Amino acid sequence: MGDSRGGCCPPMDLFRSEPMQLVQLIIPMESARLTVAYLGDLGLLQFKDLNSEKSPFQRTYAGQIKKCGEMARTLRFFKEQMLKAGLSPSATSVAQTDIDVDDLEVKLGELEAELIEMNANGEKLQRSYNELVEYKIVLKKAGDFFPSAQQSATAQRREMESNQMGEESIETPLLQEQETSTDLSKQVKLGFITGLVPRGKSMVFERILFRATRGNLFLKQVPIEAPVTDPVSGEKMEKNVFTVFYSGERAKNKILKICDAFGANRYPFSEDRGKQAVMISEVSGKISDLKSTIDAGKLHQDHLLRTIGDQFEQWNLKVKKEKLIHHTLNMLSLDVTKKCLVAEAWSPVFAKKQIQEALQRASVDSNSQVGAILQVLHTRELPPTYFRTNKFTAAFQEIVDAYGVAKYQEANPGVYTIVTFPFLFAVMFGDWGHGICLLLATLILIVREKKLSSQKLGDITEMTFGGRYVILMMSLFSIYAGFVYNECFSVALDLFGPSAYACRDLSCRDAYSIGLIKVRNTYPFGVDPAWHGSRTELPFLNSLKMKMSILLGVAQMNLGIILSYCNATFFGNCLNIWFQFIPQMIFLNSLFGYLSLLIILKWFTGSQADLYHIMIYMFLSPTDELGDNQLFQGQKTVQHVLLLLALVSVPWMLLPKPFLLKRQHENRQRGQSCTPVQVTDDTLHSEANHSHGHGHGHEEFEFGEVFVHQLIHTIEFVLGAVSNTASYLRLWALSLAHSQLSIVFYEKVLLLAWGYDNIVILVVGIIIFIFATVGVLLIMETLSAFLHALRLHWVEFQNKFYEGDGYKFYSFSFALIHDEGD
Amino acid sequence: MYGFEAMTFNIHGGYLEAIVRGHRAGLLTPADYNNLCQCETLDDIKMHLSATEYGPYLQNEPSPLHTTTIVEKCTLKLVDEYKHMLCQATEPLSTFLEYITYGHMIDNVVLIVTGTLHERDVQELLEKCHPLGMFDSIATLAVAQNMRELYRLVLVDTPLAPYFSECITSEDLDDMNIEIMRNTLYKAYLEDFYKFCQKLGGATAEIMSDLLAFEADRRAVNITINSIGTELTRDDRRKLYSNFGLLYPYGHEELAVCEDIDQVRGTMEKYPPYQSIFSKLSYGESQMLDKAFYEEEVKRLCLAFEQQFHYGVFFAYMRLREQEIRNLMWISECVAQNQKSRVHDSVVFIF
Repeated sequence: MGDSRGGCCPPMDLFRSEPMQLVQLIIPMESARLTVAYLGDLGLLQFKDLNSEKSPFQRTYAGQIKKCGEMARTLRFFKEQMLKAGLSPSATSVAQTDIDVDDLEVKLGELEAELIEMNANGEKLQRSYNELVEYKIVLKKAGDFFPSAQQSATAQRREMESNQMGEESIETPLLQEQETSTDLSKQVKLGFITGLVPRGKSMVFERILFRATRGNLFLKQVPIEAPVTDPVSGEKMEKNVFTVFYSGERAKNKILKICDAFGANRYPFSEDRGKQAVMISEVSGKISDLKSTIDAGKLHQDHLLRTIGDQFEQWNLKVKKEKLIHHTLNMLSLDVTKKCLVAEAWSPVFAKKQIQEALQRASVDSNSQVGAILQVLHTRELPPTYFRTNKFTAAFQEIVDAYGVAKYQEANPGVYTIVTFPFLFAVMFGDWGHGICLLLATLILIVREKKLSSQKLGDITEMTFGGRYVILMMSLFSIYAGFVYNECFSVALDLFGPSAYACRDLSCRDAYSIGLIKVRNTYPFGVDPAWHGSRTELPFLNSLKMKMSILLGVAQMNLGIILSYCNATFFGNCLNIWFQFIPQMIFLNSLFGYLSLLIILKWFTGSQADLYHIMIYMFLSPTDELGDNQLFQGQKTVQHVLLLLALVSVPWMLLPKPFLLKRQHENRQRGQSCTPVQVTDDTLHSEANHSHGHGHGHEEFEFGEVFVHQLIHTIEFVLGAVSNTASYLRLWALSLAHSQLSIVFYEKVLLLAWGYDNIVILVVGIIIFIFATVGVLLIMETLSAFLHALRLHWVEFQNKFYEGDGYKFYSFSFALIHDEGD
Repeated sequence: MYGFEAMTFNIHGGYLEAIVRGHRAGLLTPADYNNLCQCETLDDIKMHLSATEYGPYLQNEPSPLHTTTIVEKCTLKLVDEYKHMLCQATEPLSTFLEYITYGHMIDNVVLIVTGTLHERDVQELLEKCHPLGMFDSIATLAVAQNMRELYRLVLVDTPLAPYFSECITSEDLDDMNIEIMRNTLYKAYLEDFYKFCQKLGGATAEIMSDLLAFEADRRAVNITINSIGTELTRDDRRKLYSNFGLLYPYGHEELAVCEDIDQVRGTMEKYPPYQSIFSKLSYGESQMLDKAFYEEEVKRLCLAFEQQFHYGVFFAYMRLREQEIRNLMWISECVAQNQKSRVHDSVVFIF
């Protein structure tokens, strides 16, 4: 991660990753915590897990980690409570004296207990309050329909009686008679239950009641308009007031059970109207009493939460730090005497002094009699890769790391990426009008850098913000390339003086370049504006951009191969120089280097030679006469030599290396320690391990495997030389697409709208033009050009030299806690 | 359409199959079990589980943990996953998923009815019910006095209603006929599920019929063993066996007349797939039978994942997760009661 280290960096060396060393720290038990805390502040060590075979809870500091987890849980609980109460932890935490962890634990525990008790009390009160509110509603609603229900019931009964009296025909069902008679006799025992039932369940409730009592009941329901708070769950829900009339004890029991099952709260109710009124006033009185109690409790709770909120961030940070410290301590192994901890960690060589200082400080601050000891270990293990980047280079390094982290001390393509990446992008995106738009957009991001980096951004915004300096470079190069192509929103302007060409006579029109003659000196910078809009514009630009793409491609691939030379010399690998670097250089340059030479020659001489023809027949029939296609004297001989060199370089790449490796291996087996050619990659450590033998322990040597590997490598390079060069033609293709698209938008939208001479159409046209320019040309084209530039770097450039099989240096640092958040 | 699922399965089932396979990858590994078995306290278990998919469900539990909390939270995770899948499912997968829960529904009904018979508090019983087998009016079950009422009052609204047709009697409920009711319901349920899977056809039918047949056979064996020495007649016993499976019909005839465990063993050893299970047990022993069956079941469930484009994976995943929760419960019980030596007795590893 490229954390900005202010501006005071030591001289930056991005080309090779920082030299690392494995250090062993022996820390006395009593100062271990403080030491690790200071090292975390420093953030320049990557601890190795020395207890990886132990499960997490068997480690030394498992207890402390559990404690931290418990504290973190308490803090989450506080946060939840604060959210519930609508408070947010204040960002400007009161700067307080450093609080001890144990004290903090006690304090958190106390606060939690207090809060829980408060909540419990509050809940109890709230519950009874809600119950009373429900009761009041029931009293009101039931009071309304009770008399009416009874009236209708008596009316019904009277009707029944009259029916019975009136017509005692055969049709009168016998059962009904029985029913009414029993009804009459048991009328005294007719009981009722009132209460509230959730509206969603009311239908099922009614159905079950009906089934359970076999229809021997009368149920009346009235919906309540506003949702009420359920006393049990504390959630707001819509409910119905119900009253059930039943007869008999058994039915009552059943109904009570069903009420329980449906979570229907029952409330006592009196038939007497007078009593009802008394109850209502009683309940109202209680409600207001409770309300004031609850409010007082709430106030108290708010106060408590506010005090917690003041220090919340501080505590949170403290707990996180503590957890990290103990996780790190768990990675250290316990000394046999159990008096000190032994740590192994990777650190950059330059950090040794700082680490020692931190150790010293820790031992002084913890009043330890013995200081911690630091010693450098020698190892054959490959150290992690660590680049010290700043905010400008970080994004470019990220581009490289996304492909693969560099092997330790391998040549870093990131250095070149800083220039070549935006440059290749600009070749595809060349339009200085669009470039300026892009520049303005990034300048906004860069100017508001401080503000934006402190706040949380969306996914896409964050990505754009992270790559702001990449975009800055891309836009600057696009402006440059735009001037070269002479395009501003696809319009050619003559900024650098008048065009070199003019019409020979009046009959010549813009669309033809045939009638033009050169009247002045060559246009000083970029493409002459006279080409624009002429019939030969496209053939001319295509030829120019295509040739330019090949030149750029060959140049970048050569750079890649040269970097492989740098790696070989750095790691002292002569074999790679003689049997990889040299034949590769020869192969690439005898074919495509020669092509580049021809291109440049053709530009200088203005010859009409057909370069395709030359290249193709150089292979197909090398002995043929060149005829018109001859560009220089002795071209045929040169071609013969080049062809021969290319042919020779293929077996040169393929054959010697595996056999030499085999011989080296055999020599080593015989115990001859002095081999002329060193294969080992890590010469740094080889002197330390000389007595143990060479290399990183690959004593097994499979000739077949090595040979196949070399075969694949050779085939890949030979084919790759052709296909990669062709791949660079995407520079031309994308640049063409970009300029053609912008011409379409300019001519078919803006100029068309202009032609109508109507203000409405003009405004609409301008709006469409702006949206198309921003959406398609600025955003989508930027993305696609970015991706193609990325591919050219990852595949065509880096496959020439980059191993990318290292691993990153992840330092143990508290700085990362602030970033993650939650 | 057998063999052509690959062409159309992913239109509706592809997303969920991916989901369920992802969930399956989150099952605890042998390394996890190894670590869990070494735990000293429940807090250790929590700490270890916090590194697994159960982490978010357990992280906010205050420290003195109970086994029930762990099990509850782990079940909650399963329920959440199930609900998510059910929401995303279309026909016929949604019906298939619903079928999976009917077994729990039957268990819950029996639990509540037995509980009320022994005069337990309904609320307490409800907490013990498996959340996958809950339905709206489940609490009302306490009201019923006999099977007929049970059916008429409550179950008529539930998906279990069709299974009830065979056991509507007016007899008062007692332990014996509740158990018979459970097995009758289960039989009807398994047969219905089996028919449904056959209707779906293809790989689903093939794999599910294997899994369900195993389930039916296991139940048949369990019914036989449990009914030895009770007043259940041979014919009644015979009626409780599901009408499919490897043992149907000849095995059932033999099981129906078995009078001790060794006769059951003799019957079962005629069937090659079950021979291996019984060969592990010594004569006269039935304690380890459950575990042996579970192990065999887990093996079969894992095999269901080897084939693509069928619904069996959903069934298999739910069952595997349930087995995992049973394992966790056993481990945490052993840890909580300081019986660590017995920890391996009942844990069925899922690989």
